[in-house]
Amino acid sequence: MQHDDVIWDVIGNKQFCSYKVKTKNKNFCRNEYNITGLCNRSSCPLANSQYATVREQKGQCFLYMKVIERAAFPARMWERVKLSKNYEKALEQIDENLIYWPRFIRHKCKQRFTKITQYLIRIRKLTLKRQRKLVPLSRKVERREKRREEKALIAAQLDNAIEKELLERLKQGMYGDIYNFPVHAFDKALEKQEEEESETDSSEDEEDDADVGKKEFIAEDEVEESDLSDFEDMNNLKCSDEEELSEEDESEDEEELEMEASSSSKGKTPLKGPARRKRAHVEIEYEQETECQTKVKAT
Amino acid sequence: MDTESHEKLQEKKKKQKKKMTKQKKPKRSPEENEPQEAVKEPENLDKDSQPVFPPTFSVSEIKNKQRRHIMFMKFKQEKRKAKMALKKKIKKQREALGDKAPPKPVPKTIENQRIYDETTVDPEDEEVAFDEGTDEFSAYFNRLTSPKVLITTSDRPRGRTVRFCEQLATIIPNAHVYYRRGLALKKIIPQCIARDFSYLMVINEDRKVPNGLVLCHLPDGPTAHFKVSGVRLRKELKRRGKDPTDHSPEVILNNFTTRLGHSLGRMFAALFPHDPQFVGRQVATFHNQRDFIFFRFHRYIFRNEKKVGIQELGPRFTLKLRSLQKGTFDSKFGEYEWVHKRHEMDSSRRKFHL
Repeated sequence: MQHDDVIWDVIGNKQFCSYKVKTKNKNFCRNEYNITGLCNRSSCPLANSQYATVREQKGQCFLYMKVIERAAFPARMWERVKLSKNYEKALEQIDENLIYWPRFIRHKCKQRFTKITQYLIRIRKLTLKRQRKLVPLSRKVERREKRREEKALIAAQLDNAIEKELLERLKQGMYGDIYNFPVHAFDKALEKQEEEESETDSSEDEEDDADVGKKEFIAEDEVEESDLSDFEDMNNLKCSDEEELSEEDESEDEEELEMEASSSSKGKTPLKGPARRKRAHVEIEYEQETECQTKVKAT
Repeated sequence: MDTESHEKLQEKKKKQKKKMTKQKKPKRSPEENEPQEAVKEPENLDKDSQPVFPPTFSVSEIKNKQRRHIMFMKFKQEKRKAKMALKKKIKKQREALGDKAPPKPVPKTIENQRIYDETTVDPEDEEVAFDEGTDEFSAYFNRLTSPKVLITTSDRPRGRTVRFCEQLATIIPNAHVYYRRGLALKKIIPQCIARDFSYLMVINEDRKVPNGLVLCHLPDGPTAHFKVSGVRLRKELKRRGKDPTDHSPEVILNNFTTRLGHSLGRMFAALFPHDPQFVGRQVATFHNQRDFIFFRFHRYIFRNEKKVGIQELGPRFTLKLRSLQKGTFDSKFGEYEWVHKRHEMDSSRRKFHL
C-alpha cells in the first residue's frame, strides 16, 4: 500500500533520503523525476503517488505521469507523452493530459516546460555562432619545438646574415647613387686590371717595390690627378713610415678615427641623421715645445 | 691491464674460489693497476697493448652495480685515451706536412646534412617561373595592386596582443588594426575584399600571449596558418633604436629554397609596398632556418663600403608554418596545399620543408 505521509515522514524529515542534498538554506532533491528540484512535501516524487514531470531528451520534451494504480509495477510506473514542438500546442497538451490533476503539479509542469524550451533555443543559437575549439598541446612536443627553435636561432646568425645581404645589395648597386661608395667597386675593377698587367710584367713589380718606403712629397694637385687606385696605396705607404713627420701625425689620427668608427659600429650608438662619410676630417695635434726648452735651460 | 682484470672476473664466474679475495681484486684493480700500468707500460708496449674486450663480453653482463660501474668507467677511459691518441697523431701529421697537409674536413652541421628536398627551386627553373607568373601574387608583382593589410585578433584580446598588433601596424605600411567584435572570419573576408584590402592578418591569442597567426591573401589567395613564438615587443628589446618611421622598408627573404618556401616568401614580400624608400634605411627580414621563420626589423647604416651597422627597432617574432590552404580562410572545406603532420614530418631531424 502507498502511504505517502508515512514515506514523507521517513525520508523527508527524520531519516535519510539518498536524493536529498542539504545546503545552508535549502534542501535540494536530486531525483531525476523531481519537478522543481527542491526537497518538499509536494515536490517529492517518492512521497507523492500521483505525480507528473516534464523532461527533455535530445531536444525532445516529454510529459511523464505517475498514478497510484501503477504503483505496484515499477517498470510501467511512468507514462510518457511526447509533447509537440510548438510551444502553445505543447501547453495545451499538458493541460489536456493533466486535466483534473492538482493545480500545483499542472502549474509546475508548465513552468518547467517553459524553462526547457528557453534553454533549447539558446543552445541552438550558440551552435550557430563560432565555437572555440580547444586544441590540446603535447608538452613533450612543445619542449622539443622550443629547443629546436633556440638551436635554429643560434645557427641562423641573423645579424651577420642581414649585414651580408645588405652589403651584397650595396655592391650590386641597388641603392643607386644614394651612398657615395662607388670607390670600392671602381677600385676592384682597376685592381683586377692591374693584376692582369702585372702578371705579364714581373720585372716592373720589383722596381715598384723599391719605391715603397721612400718619402715622397707630392703637391695636392698631383694627388687628385693620379689614379684613384693609388689612394689606398698612399694610405698604406703613409702608415708604414715610422719617421716623425706632420703627415705621419695626420695619418695616425686618421687611423685612430677609423678605429673609433669601426669600434663604435659594433656598439649600438644612436645614429645621427643620414650617412655621412668622414672624409678628410683630421685633427692635427700641435706639440708645445716651449716648456721643455725652459726646463732644459733651468738645468 | 684490462685483460687481466677481465680474466679475473671470468675466473670468478666459472670457478668458485675464495670470495673475499676475488671481491676485493676488481675493486682494487683500477687503483692497483694504474701504478702497475706505469711500470708495466714498457713491457706491455712490446706486446699488444690494446685493451680488447672479447666480443662476447659486455659490461652490462656484470650483475654487481658497483663493479659494473667501475668496469664501464674503465672502458670509457680507454676509449677516450684512444680518441686522444688518434687526435694527437693527426695533429702531428698535419704539422709535419705543413702546407702540403690535406685540407681540414668540413664539420657536419644540420644544414650540411639536410636531406635533399626534391622540391628545391632552381633559380633558372622555367616551370617555377611560369607558375609564379600566373599565381595569386602575380598581380602584386606586376605592380597592379599595392598592399593594404587588415590586422585583427581573436576574441577579447589582452594587452600584450593589442600592443603587438599596434606595433605591427607601424611596421607594415598601409596597415589598419580593427577590433574583432566576435565576428566570423568568413563574414569579414567579403567585406575586406569589398574595401580593397589585400591581406587579412589575424593574430590568435592564448593565455594573454599571441601564439598564432593566420595570414590570408585576399582576393582569392592562399591562407597560411603559423604558430607564433618568441614575441618581443619594442620595449622588451635591448639596445633598440627609436621608433620606426613611415618609410616603406626593404624586405630580405633568406633561405626560402623549396617550392613551399618560395611561395611563402612571395607571400611575405607582398605584404610590403613594392618600392622601398631607401631614405628610411629600414629593413624587414624574414629568415628561414630549419623551418623556423625569424622576423626582425632593423635600421641600417653604411659606415663604409665594407661595413654596415644595424640597429633593431620594431617587434620580433618567430613563425612556424602549420598549414597552407589554397583559397581564402575556410578551415572545414578548404583545400590544403600543405599541412604539418607531426608524426610524419617531425620524425627526422634532418628533414625540413621550407
